[in-house]
Parts: sequence; structure tokens; C-alpha cells
Amino acid sequence: MDMILEGLKQAFYLLVTFDPEVMGITWLSLKISGTATFFSLFFGISVGTVVALTEFPGRRLVVSLINTGMGLPPVVAGLIVTIFLWRNGPLGFLEILYTPTAMIIAQSLIAAPIVTGISLASIQQLPRNLRLQILALGANRLQMVWILIKEARLPLLAAVMAGFGGVISEVGASIMVGGNIKGYSRVLTTATVMETGKGNFEIALALGFILLLLAFIINAVLTQVQQRQRPR
Amino acid sequence: MTTDAPILSVSDLFVKRGGVPVLDLPAFSIRKGETVGLIGPNGAGKSTLLLALACLIKRERGRILFHGQVVSTRRETFAYRRRIAVVFQEPLLFDTTVYANVASGLDIRHLDRQEIGERVTRRLGQFGIEHLRNRSARKLSGGEAQRTSLARAFAIDPEIVFLDEPFSSLDPPTREGLLEDLHRILKETGTTAVMATHDRLEALRLSDRMAVMRDGEVVQIGPADTIIHHPADEFVASFVGMETILTGRVSGCGPGTIRVDLGVGELEAVGEARPGEAVRCCIRPENVTLQLPAAREETSARNLFPARVEKIQPLGLFHRVLLDCGFPLTAYVTSQSISDLNLREGAGVQAAFKATAVHVIRHEK
Amino acid sequence: MKMRKGLTWAVGLMAALILMAGFSPAQAAPVKQKNLILATTTSTQDTGLLDVIIPIFEKKTKYFVKTIAVGSGAAMAMGQKGEADVLLVHSPAAEKKLVEEGYGVNRRLVMHNDFVILGPASDPAGIKGMKSATEAFKKLAAAGSLFMTRADKSGTHAKEMAIWKAAGVNPEGQKWYQQTGLGMGQTLGVAAEKKAYTLSDRGTYLAMKKNLGLDILSEGDGVLLNIYHVIEVNPAKWPKVNAPGAKAFADFMVSKQVQKIIKTFGVDKYGSPLFFPDAGKKVEDLGK
Repeated sequence: MDMILEGLKQAFYLLVTFDPEVMGITWLSLKISGTATFFSLFFGISVGTVVALTEFPGRRLVVSLINTGMGLPPVVAGLIVTIFLWRNGPLGFLEILYTPTAMIIAQSLIAAPIVTGISLASIQQLPRNLRLQILALGANRLQMVWILIKEARLPLLAAVMAGFGGVISEVGASIMVGGNIKGYSRVLTTATVMETGKGNFEIALALGFILLLLAFIINAVLTQVQQRQRPR
Repeated sequence: MTTDAPILSVSDLFVKRGGVPVLDLPAFSIRKGETVGLIGPNGAGKSTLLLALACLIKRERGRILFHGQVVSTRRETFAYRRRIAVVFQEPLLFDTTVYANVASGLDIRHLDRQEIGERVTRRLGQFGIEHLRNRSARKLSGGEAQRTSLARAFAIDPEIVFLDEPFSSLDPPTREGLLEDLHRILKETGTTAVMATHDRLEALRLSDRMAVMRDGEVVQIGPADTIIHHPADEFVASFVGMETILTGRVSGCGPGTIRVDLGVGELEAVGEARPGEAVRCCIRPENVTLQLPAAREETSARNLFPARVEKIQPLGLFHRVLLDCGFPLTAYVTSQSISDLNLREGAGVQAAFKATAVHVIRHEK
Repeated sequence: MKMRKGLTWAVGLMAALILMAGFSPAQAAPVKQKNLILATTTSTQDTGLLDVIIPIFEKKTKYFVKTIAVGSGAAMAMGQKGEADVLLVHSPAAEKKLVEEGYGVNRRLVMHNDFVILGPASDPAGIKGMKSATEAFKKLAAAGSLFMTRADKSGTHAKEMAIWKAAGVNPEGQKWYQQTGLGMGQTLGVAAEKKAYTLSDRGTYLAMKKNLGLDILSEGDGVLLNIYHVIEVNPAKWPKVNAPGAKAFADFMVSKQVQKIIKTFGVDKYGSPLFFPDAGKKVEDLGK
């Protein structure tokens, strides 16, 4: 119990004194997970919308795959990315293993199915004739898709939050492809694991609390945007 | 005022859904300014026809001409859609204000803000929802929402409006109000309209022409009056409210009239038929009058039968009276008359209807 | 419209993030930026020694060292697959094999520390003060006392298995022998919780001693020495390795400057140094 209290105290201290190392890893966490969420947002909403609106052979299979992907263990994603980015792997020549870029790739891979799956469901639950109504109003396909996305903005924002939540808290893949290199690819989650492994439980807790705080702040902002759109 | 050249004409229209044919229409055309009502039971293909005419669903085959120009390529379809409007049974409003909803069609066309403002304001006033301008669409009643949907459709000044059972989910008084407004606006603006409905009275009020549909085909099309009073077959007849349909054989012909032997009686109808021909006789209940058995008034009604009252069903402003004249006969009688004649179940009356009220359907055997 | 404003805001923020992600400090490094992948063990990194040494190396040579701290087994595997350029490990048997198979070259002695046998102060198996690690292990097996092992192919684990072998004991599957699969620090935590015996490197023990509740019950046996070598990955087998960088790092590790740092590392924090510099010596001469 006192360990938790001690951890809280440490967290507070680290934040208030702007401890440079902690600030660094916090900022890196935000950058990497933010970028990954951003990519998966674009991919997920567009693919999810297309699959939701189009009939094509094998559609059911694709939807199953997307839904399965939502449950993809992040560590497996990390392993796959590592194998590709290894020096002797197919993309080894890019030399991006053990870089923040690799972490962004792995996290995008993890977040994309989540955002896609929820976007797919969000668009599908719109009234069936709405699409026809929009077309009847003279919209071209692009306008139609944009209007549908606006109509589904509440659940779509939830999709983004789910994607972000999934990656800001991710550790397995981040360690594997990032290497947890001090000052370079070390983020809040990987640092927490390292400190725990060393037995520095208070520091680990402190980092954990800071991570929670970060996630809370981001989600509070997004929730604000989401709920402001809620019909009055 | 309608002109002669059809604004929209369709030939050989064939639509499948899920591999099953749902619409088969050799020819269909609409004149500018007229309102065509599509009636028929559920599943008849009314909605499918509307969506196909609006080029919103894929058709297996069929040629559509708008102002004589073919609508076939994507570009032509898109241009065509910009000149029409569709209103569905559900209002399908966007999650925003009433104003923004009504403006949405204009936004899509990238009109400038001022013009949008003018047009939207005009339509809001026309449909009586100016006071709801800034209300969120989620907070509207059924009638208000459907008015918004209509305003949205009309805001783009469409040349044809397609309406798919727009008032079905509204309660009768709301429906009344909207029907009136829509009718008035259609006539004022001279907009062509095609409206699907399963309520024949609604269709009757709004339509210049009516098309009766069944199983994906148009069974009869013509001026509303013709459909109502001269249905082409029993299906149409019963659908348009001819509550008495009797089978018989032609027993004799006179000048412009025929006598039909029903087995349990004989009646006289206007029309032409060959003796011995099997025919059906349809009589609208509002054309049957009742009088007391003792009454000996001179009447021009060629058909007068003693009858027994089987059942009296109140229908609001009037009553449906089911009679037994040896053959079943249905009459609509006002409550006032019921009490004046002291009609009760089991009472004896005389039922009369004119020969002109009997619509004869000949069977091609 | 409010929606538009919120959306623009979010988009702008995200765009800013991407731009900045592309400009993280290490990537804005000097011109001859060359990556050097150093594979080492978690216990080595956890001591903090590398955090002192590597910045000096980077400043001096302008290489960017990516320290990948994994288990010994994984570090060896990385060397074998050419995924690392240079290894700093302490698993002599496996290292020898790596060199024999031609994957590692220039294996040089850097430093050593030692392992200690830890256990609860109560010492139910009675091994306190024993000079021979092998004998102590025999006694633990005989007493059936709870023993925690990392069982993760780490250097510590390899050492432990070697001692069991020398003691003629096969602990696998025995009830008192429990595998954590965790790092050294965590394993110590579990051992302390369960009042079990375990084998640990002195460095990690010293770092955690305060809160632990485990005592050193046996130390000093030659077999308990934990010897660190630096090995360059063979560019003949893997042409893609950064051979000059690896050599530079290995040279650096055995240089007088670094050996001096190693000698005094940890004194101010723990009272005694964590490592003993051995560059240039022979393995047989160690520990004397």
C-alpha cells in the first residue's frame, strides 16, 4: 500500500520538477502513439467506410479478418514487424529497426484493425436509406461518404479513442521493435517494464501513474470534442 | 397545366433484387406537372419503381428518358439526380439543425450562402416550420421532421419529386395537414410528382393519374377517376374500395345497358357485353342508398332490392352496413340516416343503386 | 460550424505531431551518423554501467549506439543472425560456441563480477558460510529447500545450470525448484516473497538489497565468477554488420580509460565496486 502512495509521490515530484528524462519519455510516448493513431485513423475510417458501403465477393471474409485483427495480440504484431525489419529481413535495408519509426509502424498495425472494425460498425448502423437519400440530394460519391462520416461522428470518435488507448498502453511490440533505447526509443510503457524488472517498483509505479494521467488528458480532450457534437 | 411531351419516360424496365425479379414494366411515362400515385399492396414494387425512376438502384435493363434525353452513363445519372428530389417514409434528417438540413441539398451544389439563406427561408415558411429554424433535428416530432424532409427536397427546386409513402408513419391529423400543404405546393409550383402510397384515399386526393401495382407489374394506369370507378379487374376493384363484387352471367342486353343474372337476383348495369357472358359486377358502397321497406318513392335507380341488415360497423363519419339481398351488398350510410331509418341489425330495408353505379368487368374466357 | 473547428484543431495537432516525430533528437545527429547495435544482457544494462560509458563512446566516435538489452540467449542469437554488431555478454560456454562456429571474432575479456547464493536469513538448509558453491547446491537439493531459478537462458541461468551439473543434481521437475522466467530483479523479489534460495549477480543484489530481506549465504567460490567478454560479430559471415564500429567499441571497452571507469563504478552508491576490470588478463588468473 505504501508502495502505491510512494509511487504517487514520486510521480508528482517527477512532474512538478519537470524531470528531463521523464519529460522526454512522456513526450516520445505521445509523439509515437499519436502518430500511429493518426495513421490508423485515416486508414481505419476510409477502409471501414468502404467495406461498410460496398458489396463485393468475399466481403464477409474481410469483415471477419478485420474483427479478428481487433484482437491481434500486440506482441505478435511486434514480432512480425521485427522479422520484416531485421537486417537480414526483407526490409532490412531500410535500417529502421530499433527506431521510433519502427514503433510507429508496429503501433499503427495494432491500432488500424481497431479503428477499422469500429468504423465499419459505425457506418453500418446508419439507417439503410440514408445513403440513397444523400445521393438523391445530388451528392457525388465523395460527398456522400463525407456526409455519412459526419453522421457517424460520435462512434467514429470512439473508434479513434479506442485505437489511441490500445497503443499508448502497448509495451510488448514497442520493446521488440524499439529496443527501449535510453533517450531515443524509450517510452513510458517500456520504461515501466524496465524499472519493474530492475526491482525499482516505486519508479515503475510513478511512470505508470504518469501514463494514466497522459491517457486521461488525451481522452478528456477527445471526449470533449465528441460530446460537444452531441445533439443538444 | 400539363403539356404533352412526357418529362420522364421509361421502357422495358426490369429490376432484380437478390437475383429475384421484382419489377417488370414495359412502359411508363409521366407528364410535366402531373402527380402520379402508385398504389398497391406491400411488396407490389412501388418503392422499387420509385427508386428505379430516380436512378438510385441498379436496373437489369430499361431505358429512361428525361426530357427526351437518355439517362444511362454515370455522368448522365448524376446530372439527372441533381434535378430531382426524393422523400422517404422516414425523414432521414441529418444530425444538425432544421436550417442546415433544409440547406443540405444546396450546400452539396455549392451555392453561395446568401442564396441558400433566401431559398431555405422561403421553404421553411412554405412548410410552416420557420419557427423551428434552429431546432436540432433530433428534437422534432414526426410531423415536423417530415415537413423538414419535404422542405429539404423542395429547396433544390426539383423538376420531379419522388415520394415513397411519405405520410405512412404519421398520425391521421398530422397526415391531413401535410397532405393539404403538399397538394397546394405541388399545384402552386407545378412540380411533377410520383408518390407511392398504400392509402388509396390519399392517392385519390393527390393524384392526377394513378397506377395500380401488383407483384412488380403495373396492372392498371389512368386518371384517378377511371381507376376508382372502372377498375380493370377484381384485384384493382377490391383495392380501390369496391366493396361489393358479384359474379353473374349476362342474361340480356338493352340500349347501352345489360342485365346480369346473379342466380339469386338480377341487376341492371350500363355497359356492353354479349349474352351468356360471365361478368363481374362491382358496386361502390357510397353508391348504395337505403330506404324503408314501405317507401314507394319513384326513383330512377334501376336496381331495387329488399334486404336484411346483417351488420352495422361504425367507421367514424359514416357507417358500413352489410346487407343480405340474396347476394351480399355493402353500403355506406351516415349516422343520421341510420337513426332516421331506425336501422338495426336484422331490420328489413330496401337497397337501391343506379345502373350507372354498377361497374362491369368482363372476363376473357 | 463547431464541428469544423474541432476537426481542424485535431488535424492540426496531429500534423504537428508527425512533423515533430520526424525530428527526434537522435536523428538530427551529426553527419557521419552510423548505427551500432550492441547486444547485451538486461542485468548488465540494469547496473547502469553502460549509461556512463556509452555517451563517452558516442561523443568520441560519433557512432550512435543502440543498446539492445535482452536475455543472454537472445543476445547470442542476435550475434549468430548478424542482427547485432557487437556483443557484451557473460555466458562463457555459449560464447565459446559462438566463436567456434565462426560467428564471433576477437573475443576479449573486459571485466568480471561474481554471483552470490542468496537465501532467507533463517537458512533452513544450513548453507551459510559454505565455501564451495557446488557443495552448497548439493545441500540445497538434499534439503529440498525452495529454489527460484530464472530459467531464461540468461548468463545467470547458465551459471546456475553449470553448478547443478557439477553437483550431480538434476533439479528439473523437482517440486522445490521453481522457474520464474523473469529478469534478475523480479526473480529476487519473488524469492524474497517466498523465502526461497536463489542465485544472483552481486550487482543486482546490491542494488535491491535495501528492500529485499535476502542474505548472502555463500560467495567467493571461483565457479561463481561472472566473466564479461566483448565479442565482435564476424563480418565474413554477415557482411551487413558495422565491423569498424564494432571494433571501435570493443577497443574502447578494453581501453585504459574505460577500465578505469569500471574499477570505480558503483563505489559511491553501494560502498563497493560492482565490477572488476580485467582487460588483458587471462581468465584463469581471475578472482585472485
